[in-house]
Amino acid sequence: MSAEAHTSTEYIKHHLQNLTYGKLPAGYQRYDGEILQAKTWTLAHSPQEAKDMGFVAFNLDTLGISLVLGALFIFLFGRVAKKASTGVPTGGQNFVEWVIEFIDNSVRGSFTGRNPMVAPLALTIFVWIFMMNFMDLMPIDWIPGVAEGLGLPYLKAVPTTDPNATFGMSISVFLLVLYYSVKMKGVGGFVGELTLQPFGKFGLPFNLFLEGVNLIAKPVSLALRLFGNMYAGEMIFILIALMGAAWTGFSVGSATLFGSQILLSLGWAIFHILIVTLQAFIFMTLTIVYLDMAHQEHH
Amino acid sequence: MNINATLIAQAIMFALFVWFCMRFVWPPIVGALEARKKQIADGLAAADRGKHELELAAKRATESMHDAKVRASEIIAQAEKRSAQIIDEAKNTAKAEGERMLVAARAEMEQDVFRAREQLRGHVAELVVAGAEKVLRREVDAKAHADLLDAIKNEL
Repeated sequence: MSAEAHTSTEYIKHHLQNLTYGKLPAGYQRYDGEILQAKTWTLAHSPQEAKDMGFVAFNLDTLGISLVLGALFIFLFGRVAKKASTGVPTGGQNFVEWVIEFIDNSVRGSFTGRNPMVAPLALTIFVWIFMMNFMDLMPIDWIPGVAEGLGLPYLKAVPTTDPNATFGMSISVFLLVLYYSVKMKGVGGFVGELTLQPFGKFGLPFNLFLEGVNLIAKPVSLALRLFGNMYAGEMIFILIALMGAAWTGFSVGSATLFGSQILLSLGWAIFHILIVTLQAFIFMTLTIVYLDMAHQEHH
Repeated sequence: MNINATLIAQAIMFALFVWFCMRFVWPPIVGALEARKKQIADGLAAADRGKHELELAAKRATESMHDAKVRASEIIAQAEKRSAQIIDEAKNTAKAEGERMLVAARAEMEQDVFRAREQLRGHVAELVVAGAEKVLRREVDAKAHADLLDAIKNEL
């Protein structure tokens, strides 16, 4: 039983570790007891190694999969855009136009300023996050299984379950918010917005504290919401997958667990389609709203 | 689950995708959508215009038909009037001619009567003179009484 628990823990841990490529210092003891003679760039073979690589390390799975998905998005939409015609739209163009009109309506509904960057930004966010989230609906062991076959120690298929990906986007959005706040209101206007409300100039420290929290909460909540939802969803898939892993031969209990896994993962996957879309939509809408607030004199 | 340089790489990738989308994806598709919207609107407007023009043409056709009818009946009325006029004129002319002929005939008749009377008077005078000559031959010289006889002849 303890061996069983051990493998379950390992299974979960294995699924929650990114494929990290980074630098290990000289004298470091590897997972297999090997002591490094010089500092080495290598793949982390344990969560501890990934941690010890520090900041200068790359999650190759997150980067690779999000790059492939982003390129797919650009390729599909770019191909349609290249031969976009005003005639009767067919197939791909129909779909792309449908997505773009949906985004365009969302932007028109929430964004009151004039900025040609917001709508393409929203489109990229929505489609990219949707695709990254959608990787969650792949059967959970397929991609890591293939990676294991290729000799990679870890692989996480869903980039949005890596906080690096979600923070990467939310910090970019945050920088845009700061840029447009300063551009639209001027440095004075922006600082004034941070310090002179809601309590007037005599409540300045308190105002700064409130508005500062308010400001910082934007990128943090944006990234953590997406990460948390996808991470939790992934976790539930992993737990459901464990039921079938408890197979101990042909018995009523094992068969029940196996059947439950199929039913539960089906049910959760169907429910997850909603979350996948909803989280992409929320990230996009909030980005639009934050940028709208950055463009307005008073909010 | 560690925060590392992936964050920065991910942000750069994101920026590149957004830039590409903004440069090559969004404008052509939205442009095509706008153009199609305009095309459809134009088409609908043209259809409306066509319908309106059809209505106008139908109205014009009805009007010109009505005009033609009015004109035709006017022409018929005029023709009738003219024919009546012509008939009247002919009647008048005929009547005038008839009267003229009547007057001429009557004048001729009167002339004839006058002439006949003159002849008759001449004859009567001759007869009277012949009678008187016969009477007087015995008694009177015809030449001596010629003045007298002429005076009588004139009185007849």
